[in-house]
Amino acid sequence: MTSNRLSGPLADVSGDAGYVGHPPRVGFFTDTSVCIGCKACEVACKEWNGLPDPDGDALTLTGMSYDNTSELGSNAWRHVAFIEQGATSARGGDPPSPPGRGAGPPGAPLPSARAGLPAVADGTTVADVVTAVSSSADVISAVMDDGDTGATRWLMSSDVCKHCTHAACLDVCPTGALVRTEFGTVIVQPDVCNGCAYCVSACPFGVIDRREGDGRAWKCTMCYDRLRGGLEPACAKACPTDSIQFGPLDELRAIAQTRLAELHEAGTTEARLYGADPDDGIGGAGAFFLLLDEPEVYGLPPDPVVTTRDLPAMWRRAGVAAAMLAAGVAVAFAGRRP
Amino acid sequence: MTEQPQVPEADFRSYYGRPILKPPRWREPELPAYLYLGGLSGAAAAMGAVAAATGRRPLARAGRLVGAGAGMSGTAFLIAELGRPERFLHMLRVAKPTSPMSMGAWLLAAHSGLASAAVGSDLTGLLPRLGALAGAATGVTGPLLATYTGVLLSDTAVPAWHEAQRHLPFLFAGSAMASAGAAGLVATALRSRQERVPPARLAVIGAAIELAVTADLERGLGLTGETYRQGGAGQMMRAARWLTPAGGLAALAAPRSRVAAVAAAGLLTAGALATRFGVFRAGPASVADPKYVIASQR
Repeated sequence: MTSNRLSGPLADVSGDAGYVGHPPRVGFFTDTSVCIGCKACEVACKEWNGLPDPDGDALTLTGMSYDNTSELGSNAWRHVAFIEQGATSARGGDPPSPPGRGAGPPGAPLPSARAGLPAVADGTTVADVVTAVSSSADVISAVMDDGDTGATRWLMSSDVCKHCTHAACLDVCPTGALVRTEFGTVIVQPDVCNGCAYCVSACPFGVIDRREGDGRAWKCTMCYDRLRGGLEPACAKACPTDSIQFGPLDELRAIAQTRLAELHEAGTTEARLYGADPDDGIGGAGAFFLLLDEPEVYGLPPDPVVTTRDLPAMWRRAGVAAAMLAAGVAVAFAGRRP
Repeated sequence: MTEQPQVPEADFRSYYGRPILKPPRWREPELPAYLYLGGLSGAAAAMGAVAAATGRRPLARAGRLVGAGAGMSGTAFLIAELGRPERFLHMLRVAKPTSPMSMGAWLLAAHSGLASAAVGSDLTGLLPRLGALAGAATGVTGPLLATYTGVLLSDTAVPAWHEAQRHLPFLFAGSAMASAGAAGLVATALRSRQERVPPARLAVIGAAIELAVTADLERGLGLTGETYRQGGAGQMMRAARWLTPAGGLAALAAPRSRVAAVAAAGLLTAGALATRFGVFRAGPASVADPKYVIASQR
């Protein structure tokens, strides 16, 4: 049975890629309900994989809460998102507005945490902010008051390459640089990649990117070298709260279901799994998540679909269009030649 | 009392308004220029093949010349797009039907090679039979080269391109026919009016298809369709909406008037280029605002 090669559930991804007698498929379960935003995963990843900071802008502040990494990319293979929001916004209502402050849209940064603080623009240095913030003690105490009364909540989530069951990046790679490993993960071979950037536009999660100055595409390897040596990936090893769990994907899915039931029973009804369903648009992710709000609040696509699911139909249409072109040329020459 | 809007704007939550997807790393003018040149090369070679089969030697030679030249220069643009141009031959390491770029690289190599062989044989008089065979083969590779680029763009997560998967191959086919017709009109401008009839017809058919598919594309994509109507993409698409029909009308008069023939060629070429730049620009625009990604999935 070799169906579902482009989309749908696929029980044995490594076997489908030609591996015989391979180890079980491994993955990440990132439980964001216990993430404390320490960024140890980001640091461990950068250290182990020797990721560069080519722009030298590691200390640039974005103004997006404590997130100064901004997004996954060629040099950031883990990215911790920070979302500040009113406690009720996830359940559909606006948070009560403190006097003198406007309520923001659900999912937007909580106004009280930002309205009174000096504007932080891209490019602001740490020193600028320290100076400005130290003169805003009243604002800080107001923010802390909000925290004390439970009017705010902070969502933190460590994002990573999803290592899709049906990986569009791998499907569209014209050189064979992107490959499936024996562990069921997806990696780029840097000695093969010629930087065509097709994978960048194909990824439905905006994960993989071309590195400036280097010209090749880079992304999370799930620490392929560590896996080969029997070690767990650096981010999971460094995570102090077990928000990032590594292991065989089957086991992680079972653990996640148990955790989800626990949370629902405890009244955290907004908890949901993301990427855990083999029937979803990418055949299930190798790295999946427990989220406490809609995926787009974390910068994740709500219902991603591998683009190559539609590829057979696209090729058929291109064939029909080519036939139309040939017919048009023939018609143009039809008739008796004078 | 301040007025409250009755219908609230569609509200999309996002992570600080940041894009969900990475912007395409393909650049202007390289990629849209390649889309144009690939279409021109394919359709011109097909025109040359039929012209050869029907005994129109000057038009056959022109079709092959344009087919080879546009194929070669298109290849140069593609290589310039790579992050590691010196590794362009890695494209031919594998042949992957799941990668439109892999299929396209093989197709482009085959087509350019065949068209060049046909031109070389035609100009030198060497190996006439093989040259004729190569030229005839471009009648098959050409139409495929002109339309696969629709798949190349559609087979991405970029909303404006992916959602246009039903349109792009036909849009590019029509646009390529108009471009090749334009090249044929230039090549036959100084010849008899009968010689200009086939390229003029091809140009008119192509322009009509290009216009019809573009109109449907701009209307038919829901929220994402606005990326084809706004900003830099909208400018190009609006320009094409004037240039292409004007070129088509001029092409109708091209058999009778040399001036009309040359004018039609210029207008249709400009229209085809504007269409390619417009389609290309809609892609990054549909990624820059996360609402298009979210709307297409909710």
